[in-house]
Amino acid sequence: MSAAGLLFGPDGWGALLLKGALVTVALGLVTVPFGFGGGLVLAGLKLSRWRAVRGLSEAYTTFFRGIPDLLALFIVYFGLQSLLDHAQATLGLASRLELSAFVAGVIALSVVVAAYSGEVWVAALRTVPPGQVEAARSLGLDRKRAFFLVVLPQLGRVALPGLGNVWTVLLKDTSLISTLAVTDLLRAASEASKNTTRPILFYGAAAAIYLVFSIASNAGQAALERRANRGIA
Amino acid sequence: MDALHGLLGFVFNTELLSQYGWRLLSGVRITAEVVLLSCSIGFVLAYPICRARMSRNLPLRSGAAGYIAVFRGTPLLCQLYLVYYGAGEVRPWLTGAGLWWFFRDAFYCCILAFSLNTAAYQAEILRGALGSVSRGQREAAAALGLSPYRVARHVVWPQAFLAALRPLGNELILVIKASALAAIVTLLDLMGQTRLIFARTFDFSVYLYAALIYLAATEGIRRLWNRMERAASKHVRQIEPLKAAHPAPPRGALPIVSAEAVPPG
Repeated sequence: MSAAGLLFGPDGWGALLLKGALVTVALGLVTVPFGFGGGLVLAGLKLSRWRAVRGLSEAYTTFFRGIPDLLALFIVYFGLQSLLDHAQATLGLASRLELSAFVAGVIALSVVVAAYSGEVWVAALRTVPPGQVEAARSLGLDRKRAFFLVVLPQLGRVALPGLGNVWTVLLKDTSLISTLAVTDLLRAASEASKNTTRPILFYGAAAAIYLVFSIASNAGQAALERRANRGIA
Repeated sequence: MDALHGLLGFVFNTELLSQYGWRLLSGVRITAEVVLLSCSIGFVLAYPICRARMSRNLPLRSGAAGYIAVFRGTPLLCQLYLVYYGAGEVRPWLTGAGLWWFFRDAFYCCILAFSLNTAAYQAEILRGALGSVSRGQREAAAALGLSPYRVARHVVWPQAFLAALRPLGNELILVIKASALAAIVTLLDLMGQTRLIFARTFDFSVYLYAALIYLAATEGIRRLWNRMERAASKHVRQIEPLKAAHPAPPRGALPIVSAEAVPPG
């Protein structure tokens, strides 16, 4: 069959690839709130008053930034599963507790993305002068409000470029989840090429779709940065 | 106490290490070979790509820009699959060209994919480093009568090297981390051996051992690079003590120059 027939024909694999592409985008988008949010919490812990908390949060970052992302995903994935098995044994449950591969993938990616984005948030938090919090507190805002109403709105602008880089890494890291039985874009391409023995066509198509995502992300990031910087130099 | 021992036994298992330690070590050797070869080949490729990217020739420049965008914008795993499985598809052609022995071997496929990938990143690092040397430096050196080779050798490169040092170290760390993907195409590198041991023993601690080895490598390089950067930038930092020896005049003091300025003429 021709390349066009294999991709877009009635028995073509284009639909599977598109579905996989949607799963890839979903993995990325669902991970963002947990990964970036976790990174912000991590950054808060790194600037903590207590030395032990600072040390532990630094150790977390060093560990997950220092090992291959693939290994981190395996550790979280298999670690979670063996914890669940232990829980099942101790609770005396009959059926095995299992995580869906998608949920496990999101958790694993979030753990890694939190380590990466934590560094970005720390750098952003340092750019807000302490006088701002002091002023907000002396105006009668409690600590929570001082953070959410005064500090956080200023962080976005400074953190955007760094978070954009982390998003690009995340989008490409979702492809690692294909090794954990989630039919994302790369796994869809693998299935299509195994059934048709046309790997160059399907991996090439997958690469083209990833490239479109990354170009679109760059454009989106530039637009967000323009919007965040309006009114500032 | 018993619980603590149980927890430690759950996390670390020394029996495993005595039985399978040699496997992990042989994996480390393969990983080191893959990383060193890919990084060096990538560096050699990066320079011409960088020059093409900075060239005035439009087709050359856009070709290099396209190369960089493709290799940085798609997952490395996808690139690796394209090389490894794609080679199988064009096998008759490769055999005819006498290249099949190369593409048949997962080791060489990994080297090829990783080299092409890191070349794109390293080309951008070199471009940034060369761009950080101001134009005036080149112009001044040329005005002093230095030949283009001498301008590059004695003026541009020493400064660009300093700017490129840290990002190149980061890239080395990224290649170490990325090299774990080799395990997915059956190579028995550190990650591959780890997966194999786990498949045989179902002992989770082997992943933690592998993590510690990777961590030692990446942390070691990070620290080594910090030292190298300190050593290489001595001449830049020596300005600091000089500043301390000649403190700025106190605020509000009159500028000396304008006080003694004489009207022209």
